[in-house]
Amino acid sequence: MRLASDGPSADTVLRARGLSFSRGGRRVFEGIDFDLKPGELLQVLGANGSGKTSLLRVLGGLLPPDEGELSWGGQALRPADPNLLQSVAYVGHANGIDADLSPAENLRFAARMGGVDDSPARVADALRSMGLDPDSQAPVRTLSQGQRRRVALARLSLLRRLLWLLDEPVSSLDAASGERFLAQLGEHLRAGGMAVVATHEALPEAAQTLRLQG
Amino acid sequence: MAQAFLAIVRHDLALAWRRRGSVLSSLLFFIIACSLFPLALGPEPQQLRALAPGILWVAALLASMLSLSRLFVQEHADGSLEQLLLSPHPLAVIALAKTCAHWLTSGLPLLLLTPLLAQQYSLPAGPALLLSLSLLIGTPVLSLIGAVGAALTLGVRGGAVLLCILVLPLCTPVLIFGAGAAAAADAGMSVLPQLSLLGACLALALFLCPLATAASLRIAME
Repeated sequence: MRLASDGPSADTVLRARGLSFSRGGRRVFEGIDFDLKPGELLQVLGANGSGKTSLLRVLGGLLPPDEGELSWGGQALRPADPNLLQSVAYVGHANGIDADLSPAENLRFAARMGGVDDSPARVADALRSMGLDPDSQAPVRTLSQGQRRRVALARLSLLRRLLWLLDEPVSSLDAASGERFLAQLGEHLRAGGMAVVATHEALPEAAQTLRLQG
Repeated sequence: MAQAFLAIVRHDLALAWRRRGSVLSSLLFFIIACSLFPLALGPEPQQLRALAPGILWVAALLASMLSLSRLFVQEHADGSLEQLLLSPHPLAVIALAKTCAHWLTSGLPLLLLTPLLAQQYSLPAGPALLLSLSLLIGTPVLSLIGAVGAALTLGVRGGAVLLCILVLPLCTPVLIFGAGAAAAADAGMSVLPQLSLLGACLALALFLCPLATAASLRIAME
């Protein structure tokens, strides 16, 4: 797999130092430190409500941290920093797809917004990579939860970003689809990509583990 | 950036077509509201003609409010808004594109229907077309100001009512200048001052509202 974002180099690293975040007067997490290098996966483990999703949203720039610093390739990140946004793909709890459009229409729009090739062949490849029918014109609302999740995950291979931020990516997938996605994740890492994955179950590819207590 | 703008407009137009029931509901509201007044006020042509610009403008404003409350709601619920915030394009451009698509599906049909509906008020062709012209300049301002309100009230309980409370007072100048232009035309006076003021409102809103909408969306997503 070739990454569309700037190619990974030794200094392309996501670095967090002393990250803290509060919500509603409650400290969700604090003192988060890590360095993530090309080819590495950081898994974030923790019970429900321990702050896994909040951490991913902080890393993606959707939430500002209370304290601490985030840097990307040695440069401190500002909120909604274009340097990071050009390199990040995010699949959150919600799939981020329009229920009234077909899977292919959703991916074509994601490609256009991501500034990557939106040709039918590429969109079809991305859908096939998650075991979806590229010719289906059925709107997403007619698909099962697992199929919708697969459409959201197909976005990852289409955008080919360097850093994947994934929130429980395999939660609604059947065993075969889960394995297919994990193979895709492994391929991404071998190509020099990075991933931060919030999960309940430990991932074999993980180079680092962060346990949130909540 | 222009490609992203066009992609969002095309995407939102496609969605509006798939969800055309929602688009039609505000259009039907506009038609029904405009048609009820002549029935209630009676057949006196002079009275109807004098009241027409104000009534049509108020109906257009309220019809816009109906569709504005849905502007970001679906995207917020299904996570699409997160994806837009994470795209590498300026959020203000994204907000402007979504507002533009909103106007194309809500404001534009209203102003196209206006000359027809104005016939119920015995409004001659000239003032009726000028009323459409004032809507052409004014309804984008309603969409731009409304988008700020829609973003501010995103995820808030009773957001639709709050949206009206926030946005309707801000739209008052547009209402006054818009209805005033058509009234002036019907009275044979110059419409240039009102249209110029409407144009100034549009220029100001085009500059400020996308930035305010973008900031409000970021706050709403936190």
